[in-house]
Formats: sequence, structure tokens, C-alpha cells
Amino acid sequence: MSSEAEVFWLDEHRIVSLPELAEFSGLTEAELRELVQIGALQASSHAGDTYVFSARVVTVARTACRLRNELELDVPSLGVALRLLERVRDLEGELARLRALLPRG
Amino acid sequence: MKYTDYYAALGVERGASQDEIKKAYRRLAQKHHPDVNKEPGAEAKFKEIAEAYQTLKDPEKRAAYDALGTRPQGEEFRPPPDWTRQHGGADQFSFEDIDFADLFSRFGAGGRRGGAGFGGGDGSMPGQDFEIPVEISIEDAFHGTTLALNLSMPEYDAAGRLQRVPRQVKARVAAGAVDGQRLRLPGKGAKGFNGGRNGDLYLDISLKPHPLYRAVDHDLYLDLPLAPWEAALGASVEVPTLAGNVNLKIPAGTSAGRKLRLAGRGLPKPRGGAGDLIAVAQIVVPATLNARERELYQGLADAAGFNPREKFDQKGKAGA
Repeated sequence: MSSEAEVFWLDEHRIVSLPELAEFSGLTEAELRELVQIGALQASSHAGDTYVFSARVVTVARTACRLRNELELDVPSLGVALRLLERVRDLEGELARLRALLPRG
Repeated sequence: MKYTDYYAALGVERGASQDEIKKAYRRLAQKHHPDVNKEPGAEAKFKEIAEAYQTLKDPEKRAAYDALGTRPQGEEFRPPPDWTRQHGGADQFSFEDIDFADLFSRFGAGGRRGGAGFGGGDGSMPGQDFEIPVEISIEDAFHGTTLALNLSMPEYDAAGRLQRVPRQVKARVAAGAVDGQRLRLPGKGAKGFNGGRNGDLYLDISLKPHPLYRAVDHDLYLDLPLAPWEAALGASVEVPTLAGNVNLKIPAGTSAGRKLRLAGRGLPKPRGGAGDLIAVAQIVVPATLNARERELYQGLADAAGFNPREKFDQKGKAGA
């Protein structure tokens, strides 16, 4: 019988370094830096070239990697796609909150 | 294994040029990509398209695919021995438990993280990451739960033959998961080959619909039906929470839609504290009235000076 797996929560309470984010996402460190520089990925903090990210960013970076591989997008296109996806997520969250106020009937 | 018609998946002729194949893939991929298309079936359709493109875009893989000949979609078949010798290497595959995607992923591409390379120069190959959706109940999110996931993973045996292997992964999800929570289970994806590291497993948690509660982040929303007299006069009513019933004071003059907050009675937060339970007032009237009730309501109607549509009158006058 299998033993219990180690579980890491990808949320705002955990942090990952740039090399870890590269390893988990499949993007290169250079691509990640570029996505931070164009504002498509948010680093929690950085000192010079050393970035630290909320673990929540892992999901976003993995999406970016899928889009890069599967739609053959370059970094600027990824930036646009990520911003639009973030906007969709925000709107879906707002919709869920408003729907929660509606009686089931 | 079942034959898959990759040309049909991309909607191109067998003699299509590489450029035509790329264009067909791009057109279909931007339409069906699961990050942008949330329609049911889009992900499966995209996988079919991506699998076809991964093979047909690569001249070596395409030649190997074409050498299998044309067959009806879904027909059970086994590649002939000369094909295996020419394209796969003798005894490289166990054909019993693999599908087309497994067969062609063995050819030189499809590195685990981003598809950039096949592995180390020592012949090692990292295992693939997997992302799977997992639904849990709101009660499980509240108390925490242990998931037992039954998966089928592509793995290489000691002889380097690719096959699908059933695996069970157990994972403890502590209290506090919310809709959209992602979890990473290091090393629980597909096994690496020849010393390559194992892939990771990612769980995408969603909460099942609940008959009473609607979850938004750590807050829970609950419809709270009130009788007209409870809403007008105020009352103390029993409200179900995930930790048991509690009494909630209804202020006099509560209208439908008013939100009554029970602080800390929602879903727990991983670092302590909890969301709120928000009871949304609904005024419910009896479908039928007995004679006495009708008499009392009529008395109230005659005596009350309340006009619920006062704003209508004001708007009408303002517009006149």
C-alpha cells in the first residue's frame, strides 16, 4: 500500500526561489526574469537579480510554459495571454461572489 | 493498442506539407487550448490535436507513423516486427498497455519540463509531470481529508520498455483548501528512466456543490429563509454551520437579501483563523393561509402605512 505523499501548498504563504520556479514550471530563468520585467509575473521581492516568488506563481508559470510549448508563443505574447487569463480569473471570482448572493430558489 | 488517425485529428491530407500541418495545428490549438477554452470536451480535443502535432511536426516521427500505414480510426493493431526494428529498436516497447501517445513520445522529444530535450547525455530521462483535477466536499475542506488517487502512469520497466502502470497515490489535504487551490506532490508524477528524476504530481482542487452552502474563498454563503413576522419583528433562529448549529439574532426590520455575518464560521484558513458564514435573508410566505391567518394579514394590510414601492412613486413624479 502506498504511503502518504509529501504535499506542498501552492499559495501565498509559501515562497519559491527563481531556480525552483524554473524547475517547477519548465520555463528558463531568463524567460521568468523577462516575464517579471514586463509585469506578467509578480515577484514577492528581489534584490538585484535574485527573485523570490509566492508559491501561487508556480501555477501561473506552468500555464505560461504550456502556452509557450503548445501555442508556440514568445515572451511578449505570453505576457499578454497571462494578463488576459488573470483578468478572466478575477472576473470569474467576482462572478462567483455575486452568484453566491443569489438565492438557490 | 488503438490506431489514431493523426492527419484526421488535424484535418489535413496525408501528403500535407509541414507548413500546412503547423497552420492546422495553430488554428485548432488556439481554439481548443484548455487554458482558454473551458467548454466540456475542449481539453480532450486539445490533447488529441497536440498528440497528432507532436508526431507529425517531427520528420522522423512522421516517417515512423506513416510506415504504420492507413487504418480505420480506433482499430486494434500491433506494429509489425520490422517496424519495431526499424523505428523503435528491438524489444523497446511492450505494446500491451500503451497507447499511441506513449509510443511516439519515446522518439527523441517530449522532455518532462517544457519539451526542451529528452534528458541527460547519460540516457537518463526525467519522468513526466501530471496535473489532475480533484473534487472534494465542503466538509472535507473544513475537516481536512486524505485522498487516495488511482492513476495510470507511463513508466519504463528495467528493460526500458514503456508501459502503463496503475499507481495509487495517497495525499493528506489539510483543512483549509479552497476552490482553485493547487497542491504539488514532489516525485509523484511518472517515474524517471535510467536515473532520471521522477516527475511531480499537481492537484487542482475544486469544491463539490453543496446543498446548503456556497463557498467563495474561505467564506460560506447560506440562504436563510425567514417568515415575514420574523423579518419584521426580529427573532433568534437556529442556523446550521459546519461545526454544528448556532443561534443567530435576526434584527427587526430585516429585508430580503440582507447579509448576516457569523464571523469565523466559514472554512478554516491554513495559517489560522477562518472565513465567515454569511446568511443571506430570504422572506418566505406561506403558500396557503387558513382563515385566521388571512384575517390577521388583512388587519395588518388595513392598518399598515408602509409602502414598499415608495421609490416608484418618487421616480414617476421626478420624470413627470
